[in-house]
Amino acid sequence: MTVFLIFFPLLVSLFIFLVKPAQAKTIAFAASVVELLACLYLTTQFNKNELFQFRLDVPWIQSLGLNFAVGIDGISLVLVLLTTLLVPGIILSTRNKQLSRPHTFYGLVLMMEMALVGVFVALDGLLFYLFWEIALIPIYFICLIWGGEDRGRITLKFFIYTLAGSLFMLVGLVYLYLATPGEHTFALAALYEAGQALSPGEQGFVFWLMFVAFAIKMPVFPFHTWQPDTYTVAPTQGTMLLSGIMLKMGIYGVIRWLIPMVPAGVAEWGPTAVIISVIGIVYGSCIAIVQKDFKRLIAYSSIAHVGLIAAGTFTLSVIGIQGAMIQMVSHGIVVFGMFYIVDVIAERTQTHTLDSLGGIRNVAPVFATVFVIVMLGSVALPLTSGFVGEFLLINSIFQYQYLLGGIAGLTIILGAIYMLRTFQKSMSGEVNNLTASFADLTTEEKWVLYPVVALILLIGIYPAPILELSEPAVTNLLKVYSNLSASVK
Amino acid sequence: MNALLVICGLGIAALVAEIANLKKWLTAFVIVGLVAAMATIFIDFGTSTMHFSEMLHFDDFSLAFSGLIVVTTIFWFWLAVDYFRLQPHITDRTALVLFTVAGALIMASFNNMAMLFLGIEILSISLYVLAGSRKESLFSTEAAFKYFLMGSFATGFLLMGIALIYGATGAFHLTKIAEFIDANPAGLPTFFYAGVLLMFIGLAFKISAVPFHFWAPDVYEGAPTTITAFMSTVVKIAAIAAFYRVFFVFSSVDHTLTKVIAVTTVLTLVIPNITAVYQQNVKRMLAYSSVGHVGYILLGFLANATESANAIYYYLCAYACASLTAFAVLHAIESYNRSTTVDYFNGLFKRNPILAVAMTFALLSLAGIPPLPGFFGKYMIFAMAIEQGYTGLVIVAIITSLIGVYYYFRIIIAMYFQEPSAEALSLGTSARVLVILLIAISLILTVCADRFVGLPG
Repeated sequence: MTVFLIFFPLLVSLFIFLVKPAQAKTIAFAASVVELLACLYLTTQFNKNELFQFRLDVPWIQSLGLNFAVGIDGISLVLVLLTTLLVPGIILSTRNKQLSRPHTFYGLVLMMEMALVGVFVALDGLLFYLFWEIALIPIYFICLIWGGEDRGRITLKFFIYTLAGSLFMLVGLVYLYLATPGEHTFALAALYEAGQALSPGEQGFVFWLMFVAFAIKMPVFPFHTWQPDTYTVAPTQGTMLLSGIMLKMGIYGVIRWLIPMVPAGVAEWGPTAVIISVIGIVYGSCIAIVQKDFKRLIAYSSIAHVGLIAAGTFTLSVIGIQGAMIQMVSHGIVVFGMFYIVDVIAERTQTHTLDSLGGIRNVAPVFATVFVIVMLGSVALPLTSGFVGEFLLINSIFQYQYLLGGIAGLTIILGAIYMLRTFQKSMSGEVNNLTASFADLTTEEKWVLYPVVALILLIGIYPAPILELSEPAVTNLLKVYSNLSASVK
Repeated sequence: MNALLVICGLGIAALVAEIANLKKWLTAFVIVGLVAAMATIFIDFGTSTMHFSEMLHFDDFSLAFSGLIVVTTIFWFWLAVDYFRLQPHITDRTALVLFTVAGALIMASFNNMAMLFLGIEILSISLYVLAGSRKESLFSTEAAFKYFLMGSFATGFLLMGIALIYGATGAFHLTKIAEFIDANPAGLPTFFYAGVLLMFIGLAFKISAVPFHFWAPDVYEGAPTTITAFMSTVVKIAAIAAFYRVFFVFSSVDHTLTKVIAVTTVLTLVIPNITAVYQQNVKRMLAYSSVGHVGYILLGFLANATESANAIYYYLCAYACASLTAFAVLHAIESYNRSTTVDYFNGLFKRNPILAVAMTFALLSLAGIPPLPGFFGKYMIFAMAIEQGYTGLVIVAIITSLIGVYYYFRIIIAMYFQEPSAEALSLGTSARVLVILLIAISLILTVCADRFVGLPG
């Protein structure tokens, strides 16, 4: 089952690459829907009370200790669901735009889906690393071929930056690999054991090697400098992939590979991570407030949101990590909706500069309403999906440390400022000659945005299914962690 | 041994073909012959035989490297088919290439210093001629002359080293030298070490390790592209194999040599990789990158013999596959008699997607990006070096890999990002099949890595 989820998109993408069918988009969309249905079926078969399920473990390159080991627990499942849910939307989001070389494009998107699913289900250190890096290749080419101005330089910076980070992670993984007893192996359980047996000093060392990789991917302040440029220059679908799903790879890495593997390191350096994440929240929000470019604004708001998720994760409490899980889903959906809206605006007015917009509400009321709901999801109004996550996260930080909780709480106020300002500048006011002929949503656009709105409200009103999915895994994770860090102390 | 005989026979047959007027079928005949040589290697695999009073030793190591050399040569003939077709003297050149391969096979399987010298000379003298085979080009002549001068110089060092070692141990056979060293752990005269060092310098010339690499960029740039492809794959594999055979005899002496290797490694990693960043000429850039790859391979010499052989072998497989692909693409797009700068690649993705994709695979593999074989090769060597405690060297190697990404990606960016500077490029069926096959091989190297790793040991 898990293997199907990984290789089905790959096979379809190879088919699209090699056969170059005329209906590349339709085939890719159909494949991504099949993938989503498969994932939903898997969810129904999923036993909430067990940890890893649908496992497979076959040797691949034994001389490297590399096994093809995959499996799904609650934490993986939530993220695989998010991935398979967003990819059909991302494929639809090209609308009727005439892309050059459509088969390359859709092939790369599906290949990306393969790598992302792989990252979330890998139970072997080196396999995880491989998928982690494979994910970088399609997104790099999506940005390089279909991106905006000056993309050559910006995407190269993005590539080298993230590659450098992941090489540190690789060194960390190899360090643990060499610490495994007997015949070395990269198996998750063996790496956990090897990591936990290291001295606190060594664990701190490995913590930093791996944390840098995850922090760059998220990105957490001060490792974020590649992000705003890349988000701005990437095509909309690339940005959706980057912020909707790829960003979650970093958080997932922390939860799956960092916390249980080097508990003493996390115990020592976790507070530092919380502090820089909280700095990132304020920093991202403040810069978002003064942005003139809509896409760039969302990029900075993303830094703020992911900072909150990271801070909550490093509080190492059940509500913190559970909040992170649900907020990852919510952020994925909301940010997808946001970028879709930006794309609609950009397509009709040829700009995403806020100052040149205005009055769209008067000519496109349905569009404006959808925008309001997505925006409220972003500023975490109660009854939207954003609220559940942010509430849990801020609560966890508050319990962790009052002052930090207070500062992190600013995210809601600052978020409201920049989002409402955006709404005011683009939607209300008088129409100008750019926006006067702004057409309301077409049927196809409604087909994408209505599910987004529905999900934002649904998760906001009834988040229990998602929370229940990941809860046993999270509780188990923290049990392991607290036992170990207690024994170290 | 059979493979060596087959290849020597082929070389002589190629010379006779001129008289018998069989030029038309020569390349096909040679490829069939090489496949036959490959088959004999395959059959012999797993055996260990000595020939010519134990001067040649065909064990798994030499058979594995011979196999790699022969397979690479087959692909090279395919790649270079127009080098033979479009120019005169097809029979001479084919024969020269085949003699080079014979020399390469000897270098992978010698057990006697005289044989090492013979192998190197058979290989080098043929190459001097091949490097200068574009007679009307000044650069080609310069390359041949430079290569000849530097090659002779290196041979001088090598011979001097062999003589001193013979003086100290009284033997030419590697096995006997090793026995002598073991029997006299303290009693080796000083000039023995001088001999080892001189041999090291001579071989370092051949594998183009820094600071003995200065000939490489000029020769690679000046020689015809197909010959450059041959030098940076087949010749390099043979030189590394010879270096390995000599090195692990002397590595037991003491650790002085390890230090020399470590310093050479760092230099070979840093200098060519940084120099490559500033190259506009792609051939020259690939030349520096090929010198840089020697640095990673040298890093692999720092573990024990079997592990080293396995990692180096896999690395060379990955490197040969990627290099052949890169040179096949370069050969397809270059124009006669002009230097190929990076902007030759502008918009290649629009002009001919297959070539662009193949080049991307090659460059990603050379840069060591997973899941391509170049990554696994680097990974094996790095993990091995970390295990041996050379973490500092690995950090240097990781930094130079990142520098590598920078200059390899300049070509990728040019291919996908820049507007095409010329009209669409058509590609013959044979070249297209070759390129696709090479991509497939690089994927096979990834998926079935286990099959290749254990071959030499």
